Amino acid sequence: MRVLAIDTSNLVLSVAVVEEERVLAEMTTNQQKNHSIRLMDCVSELLDATGTSPEQLGGFGVANGPGSYTGVRIGVATAKSMAWSLNVPVIGVSSLEVVAMNALGFPGLIVPLFDARRGQVYTGCYRANGLDAVDVQGDEKIILLQDWLPQLRDMAQGQPILFLGEDVRIHREAIAQELGEQARFASPASNHPRAAHIGYVALRRLQQAGSAHELVPEYLQLAEAEAKWLAQKQAGAVKE
Amino acid sequence: MGDFVMNKTTTSRYEMRVREAYEAHKKSGAPVYILGIETSCDETSASVVRDGREVLSNVIASQADIHKRFGGVVPEVASRRHVENITLTIEQALAEADKKLEDISAIAVTYGPGLVGALLVGVAAAKAISLARGIPLIGVHHIAGHIYANRLVEEMDFPLIALVVSGGHTELVWMKGHGQFEILGETRDDAAGEAYDKVARALNMPYPGGPHIDRLAHEGEPNVPLPRSWLEPDSYDFSFSGLKSAVLNTLHNAAQRGETIEPANLAASFQDSVTEVLVEKTIRAVRACQAKQVLLAGGVAANRGLRERLQARCESEGIPLVIPPLSLCTDNAAMIAAAGYIKYEKGQFAALDLNGVPGLSLNENEQ
Ligand SMILES: [Zn+2]
Repeated sequence: MRVLAIDTSNLVLSVAVVEEERVLAEMTTNQQKNHSIRLMDCVSELLDATGTSPEQLGGFGVANGPGSYTGVRIGVATAKSMAWSLNVPVIGVSSLEVVAMNALGFPGLIVPLFDARRGQVYTGCYRANGLDAVDVQGDEKIILLQDWLPQLRDMAQGQPILFLGEDVRIHREAIAQELGEQARFASPASNHPRAAHIGYVALRRLQQAGSAHELVPEYLQLAEAEAKWLAQKQAGAVKE
Repeated sequence: MGDFVMNKTTTSRYEMRVREAYEAHKKSGAPVYILGIETSCDETSASVVRDGREVLSNVIASQADIHKRFGGVVPEVASRRHVENITLTIEQALAEADKKLEDISAIAVTYGPGLVGALLVGVAAAKAISLARGIPLIGVHHIAGHIYANRLVEEMDFPLIALVVSGGHTELVWMKGHGQFEILGETRDDAAGEAYDKVARALNMPYPGGPHIDRLAHEGEPNVPLPRSWLEPDSYDFSFSGLKSAVLNTLHNAAQRGETIEPANLAASFQDSVTEVLVEKTIRAVRACQAKQVLLAGGVAANRGLRERLQARCESEGIPLVIPPLSLCTDNAAMIAAAGYIKYEKGQFAALDLNGVPGLSLNENEQ
């Protein structure tokens, strides 16, 4: 089965066409953030390059966040609309899991992170499951990096902790200061998400896919206005 | 931007497919079914329109209740709802029209102006379906959509003048033919609908305030002196921020003197000022352009005060006036499909790099 995989959830744009045994094509850029303009031309080009007509696609995989709200929406709206219109399943894959898969087989904790401003990061903790999958440990979350690092030290029980993601360089010093030698950093080649990984997660999970309508982004955060409104509501300041 | 480069050295399979589908359809002479998609603000809407004039379905998933609690449209919240609703809304529009994607001749989508995050959801969905199914893609200007809502009611008679009034727009547009738009005047500050919402807030009315002001105005007398903003004698532009300030000052001064102003009278006076300027400038444009028809478009077209005044003035001028029903005045996808039909007839298709353009101008869209 051929699967089209898409990640536009952060600065990187990655698209891939995969089959069970073979990555047929993958295109990844880390240059501009105009995903809305470029995504469909990339998809069209990859389909042509692999001689794939849209009707030959058996399913879709998409990174559904966390990340840039707009970027995540472009990917999810595109994948669910293509899947719906072709009547095939679509699977949302955590944008963090996609990056964690760059460390398949790593013996220790795998910690992908994206900067979320004001000292916060979107992050999660993964462990390799063999050489072809990673399993999440606990929930993905948005958290202050300074609160996250001690938690990771406890979880690691002396094992190394590998930090992955384009934004690690922003926080590298703080991480090294807190965790010393226990913190590991990867080659830049392992920091950006690759859509091919999404393709293989999708191939494994497509059986469990619900309706394309149900696919929604995982922002890990309420919209600011909603958070404020909820806080006011809890304080009894508004009625509804 | 966004148009086909027909003489590019390599043509994608998508482009070939779309061109073949279009040519085959033209040859067949079969009816044109356009799937419209509109997500520029807080309504997720999809529609199927036959031959640019007959609405087969017009599904609108309104978020009004959600945004009411915030006192206005919150762009991030609107964008989130769009992505949740988009395919469901499209599916429902097809089902209600009893059509399948294979029956659809083209997909027309609003690509501006509007909230960028909201526009992007509709544009992404339209491009995705277009590529997946080889269906031609058409980018539509939101205001062109509002104007073409009229064509779902009555055939256009050129030259015509369209008065477009909504929460985001106040524009006088001169049309010499299909797809030809010339903006004669527009607001220099607030849109008319915006001024209504702000005045409503000052009178402690819930959002959106326009309908409340309109209702209240009919219970009062326009006896509070308020300015009319005519601007330069030859200008077709509008300005409502001075009027809004005058209303706020009137309330403030009265409160300081311990007096109360009857809210109904204030609402009536405010509405009188707004509609007088809108209607008189429209009539002036009609005379200058020797227009044969006046179209009222946009959400504020639902305003009874404006409708009645414009109707009366057009009658006295002997010029036919078209006002679409309320369901076609507020944001909806049928109007986008109707405007898209004109581009379909001309073969003006968008390429896959079509983007959401929040400040898209109407002239830029003209081809
Ligand atoms: Zn509108």
